[in-house]
Formats: sequence, C-alpha cells, structure tokens
Amino acid sequence: MLRVMNRLLHMVFVLWAVATIMFFMFRLMTGNPLAAYIDTNFTIEQQQALMAQFGLDKPLWKQYIIYMGNLLQGELGQSFFYRKPVGEVLMNAFPNTIVLTMGALVIAYLFGIPVGAYLAWKRGTWVEGVGIPTVLATRAAPEFWLGMILLAVFAFNLGWFPSGGANTAGAEFDSELARFLSLDFLWHLILPALSLSLYLQGLPLLLMRSNMLEVMQEEFVTMARMKGLSEWAIIMRHAARNALLPVVTTFALSIGLSVGGNVVVETVFSWPGLGRLLVGAVASSDFPLAQGAFLLITLVLVTMNFVADLLYHTLDPRVSHGSRN
Amino acid sequence: MAAATEDLALAPYIYRRKSVRKRVLSALHSLVAVPMRDPFALAGVAIYAVFVFVAIFANQIAPYDPLEILFADGKLAANIAPLTEPHILGTTNLGRDIFSQLVFGTRSALIIGLSAAFVVATLGTLVGLLAGYFGGWVDVVTMRVADIALGIPFLPFVIVLAAFLDPSVWNIVLAMAILLWPNTARVVRSQVLTVRERAFIDAARVTGSSTSRIIFQHVAPNILPLSFLYGSIAIGWAILTEASISFLGFGDSNSVSWGVMLQDAFLSQALSRGQYYWFLPPGFCIILVVVAGFFISRGYEEILFPKLRD
Repeated sequence: MLRVMNRLLHMVFVLWAVATIMFFMFRLMTGNPLAAYIDTNFTIEQQQALMAQFGLDKPLWKQYIIYMGNLLQGELGQSFFYRKPVGEVLMNAFPNTIVLTMGALVIAYLFGIPVGAYLAWKRGTWVEGVGIPTVLATRAAPEFWLGMILLAVFAFNLGWFPSGGANTAGAEFDSELARFLSLDFLWHLILPALSLSLYLQGLPLLLMRSNMLEVMQEEFVTMARMKGLSEWAIIMRHAARNALLPVVTTFALSIGLSVGGNVVVETVFSWPGLGRLLVGAVASSDFPLAQGAFLLITLVLVTMNFVADLLYHTLDPRVSHGSRN
Repeated sequence: MAAATEDLALAPYIYRRKSVRKRVLSALHSLVAVPMRDPFALAGVAIYAVFVFVAIFANQIAPYDPLEILFADGKLAANIAPLTEPHILGTTNLGRDIFSQLVFGTRSALIIGLSAAFVVATLGTLVGLLAGYFGGWVDVVTMRVADIALGIPFLPFVIVLAAFLDPSVWNIVLAMAILLWPNTARVVRSQVLTVRERAFIDAARVTGSSTSRIIFQHVAPNILPLSFLYGSIAIGWAILTEASISFLGFGDSNSVSWGVMLQDAFLSQALSRGQYYWFLPPGFCIILVVVAGFFISRGYEEILFPKLRD
C-alpha cells in the first residue's frame, strides 16, 4: 500500500512538473502571455472573459496559481481555430485516438506473443535467421511510411479501403457508441490500425522470445521434460504462461507511448484524433489547443507508466518481495 | 574479493605506467574490436561505412543538384519513370532527380543522427557520472529531473517546440538533448556506483588524485563503452524522428532529407498515382541505417552484458 501511495505521489509530481514547464513555455516563448490565450479575431467580450478567467493582466505568479486551478478543473481556454472550449475539442478527438491505439495494440500483441514464442522454439534454425532481422526492420521503419505503403496499395491501387478519415462523409449516427460500433468506422480503422501494429508488434514479439528462452532454462521446465510431456505441452502450458507476465506489463506501457507516437499515422490517414489535433494546432499557432492536446497526451503517458508499474509488481510477486526486504 | 585485492595490489603499477591517453586509446580499441567478433555488428558497420561514403562524396555521386528543376527537350522533366536514362529512380512531379535527393538525404540523415547521438551520449554520461560519483543531493535532484524528462511524450514535445522555434532539424537535436539523456544517465549512474567502490579508485584517492581527475581519468574510461552503446541507439532514433518531423512539415523544407522527400511525395499525390519509386527508396534507406544501429548496439550489448547472450 505504501508503495502504491509512493508511486501515486511520484506520478502527481511528474504531472505537476510538466504542467509547470508548459506554463512557462507558452507564456514566455510566445513573447507575451496574452498571445497564449487570446486570438486577435476574438470578440471584445470573449477577450475580456478570457482575461478574467486566466488572470492575464495579473503578475506571473498569480497567473500560475490561476492556471493550475483551471487545469485541475479541465479548463484550458478557447481554441483559436475551432472557436470552442479546448476541453470540448479534445474530448471529441480523444475516443478516436484511444480506439485506434487499443485496436493496434491488440492486433500487435495477438500477433507478437505467439510468434515470439514460436521464434524462441525455433532458436538456431533458419526461421530465426530470417525472422529476427525482419522484425528488427519493422521496428526501424517509420510508422507513417508503412502507412503510406498500405495506403498506396490497399486504398488507392486496390480500392479495398477508404483513404482517410474515421467515417464516410455525411454518415450520421444515433450516438457516439453507435458510431464506434458501425461497420463504416471499422472499415476506416483497419488501415491505420494495421500500420501502427506493424510497428508495435516488435516489442511483444522480441520480449516474449527472450522471456521464453530464459524460462526454458528454469527447473520446472526440466521437470516437465523429465515427466515426459510433449514439447508442445511444455511450451504452451509451462513456459509460455510464465514468460507472458512481463509482456502483459508492457501493454500498459505501450498505450502511453503509442498515444504520443500516433501523431504521424493519424496525419497520414487524416484520422481525427489527438495527434492530428496537435499537429494542426501547432501549424496554425492555436496555442491553447496545442497546450491542451500536449497535456492530455502527457496525462495518458504518465498514468499508463504508473499502471504498468503497479501491474509489474502485482503480477510478479518476486519483484515486490525483493523490494520489501 | 580476490579481484578487489588484486586490483589494489596492482593499481600503482598498472595505473601509473599506463598514461591516460593510452587508457582512453585501449578503451577505444575495444570499441572497434567488438564489432569484429559479431557478424551482425560487422554487417552494421559495413552498412554504415557505405552510407558514410555516400554522405561524404554526395557531390560526386549525385548526378544532379537535388533541388534543381530539370528540363528535357524544353519541357519540364516531371514524373519520369525510373530506369529511364539518365534518371535511375525517375523524377518528382517538379522535375527533380529522385536518386540525387536520396544521395543528399544520406548526408542530412547522418549529420542529424551523429550530432544527436553525440549530444545525448555526452550529456547522459556527464550527468550519470556526477550523479553516481557524488550521490547525495546531486543524485536525488538529477534523478528527479530524469523522471520528469521521461514523463514527457517525445514526438509531441518536438512538435510543440516547433511552435516556438523556426523550423529546423536542430530542434530535433535540442529536443533529444532535453528528453533522451536520462536513459543513458541512469545506466551510466548505476555502472559508476559499482566502479566507484572498486579498489583502484580508493588507490587513486589515497595517492591524492583530485576529484575531477578520479571522475574523468579513472571512472570515465570504464563506462565509455556504455556511452557508445546508448549513442549508437540514439543515431537511429534521431533519424526516425527527423523523418517524422519533416513529414509533418515542421522540418526545414529547404533542406533535402529522406523525411522531406516522403512529405513531398505524400503531398504531391505520389500515393494515388502509384509512384512507388518515389516514396519507397527513402523508407528503405531509413530502415537500413536504423537496423545497422540495432546490429552494432547488439554487438556491444553482448560484450557489455554477457548475461543477455542467449
């Protein structure tokens, strides 16, 4: 319990620090704190409301306190481009990013784990000789380039999939949930999710493989061999189960990392998610939106690091036993 | 224990006889010797050698200026298919020679990769050395700062930086320096913690060496291979990041790089026109350089952490 509290405090500390850095970056580097929140095209009333809400005429330290207070309430100002509260714009994009990330990760892990176990089994054969460099190549390829190839082949050349967006233009749905469950959405999701998972599968695959190789040296595997179990039973029932634990932890870690890394793939497929929002905001100097999107991505990353850390200690008791002594 | 006493007994002989220059040279020698023992690492070095050659002699190898708009028979030489004389990889929609762009892209990739790797490895090693050697509050403060840096999403941070700074590839080096030193620093730090306890450091202290002398001349050579390992990983990271940032349009659009080529192809409808010869080669080059980095770092890893050898 003490450990959990400790990690939680640590997470809050990191979030506070990042929020503070952003505060100074956006106030000082824009040259003028007003520029960070007020667009010259806003109406006088809007400008005054923002002045009051963020205390932009007050000294910097007071602005800082107001900023933190607003942040805790999810109050991030008005987007210059969308003319809407930043929170609202972010919340529209966030589910799209989460669905894309989770979809890609599920594909990546469903593929990577068994293939990693298989490559461990085939250690020292030509399968490994071809497999490992291929996996390394997918990890070395830029995600957006993989996306470009898929786009050129499957969307433009073969015409099997749409070339961008999350829904067919003009499609209407009763609710957000209905939209996510529609075939149309799935249709749009496949290519971007596939290009992300092509990159993401490398981590679970290589990790599973090295864990398997390690586990195969353990006594209980020797024991299973001595009992005369088949090689398949040893691998699936004894080795793979134990090798799987650390891989599961990285799933949480990957969610956090991937939400930040999605940026380019979302741009290639015009996927209306957080990353594309961030890119658009920076390109059009929409400072409140850029800051909000960045903070939300950071929140996901830091939270997932925390979750992974907890999972790691819960799933593998040996780790926590070590630290208690 | 036996090793430690041996260290202490031999210390005056070994470390007085061998000059600092020789010690650094022998550390460097082991860095060069490592790849020769591992076929993958050797392949990595070979790939790098080719790219370095191309980068240095880009002016001689490339048949055209990469940004020159070419004309043939008074007409714009646009969208020429590959393997047409004299354009091996064809031309872009603006009549620029793709092969020449690829050759010059090598140069910018290596410049950014090597400088980012140098900055990250140097900064990380320096911080790790100080945190590990001094411990106490220096250690606490630097490791807290490292936690913060690791909590910042990398690519989004580079993009946000682009909002304030002029578009330039140096933003990527800057962002990498700010965010990626902790990985190196943490590993170097833990290595320093063990080296610090070794007998020859005590011996140096007893003979009255100054703190900076101990850190930089006695401890540092022992962790140089680790810095190289993290540096070789950073090269690939930097090249991939440059590609992403340029693709998003936050790079220097006047430069010629693989990322800019991909952005150019993407925005010029090369995908829908099926101009694979335009956007496939830059990706393959990126893969080759990054994989070469993986291979080399793998070679070092096996020497540095033999336990990992499976």
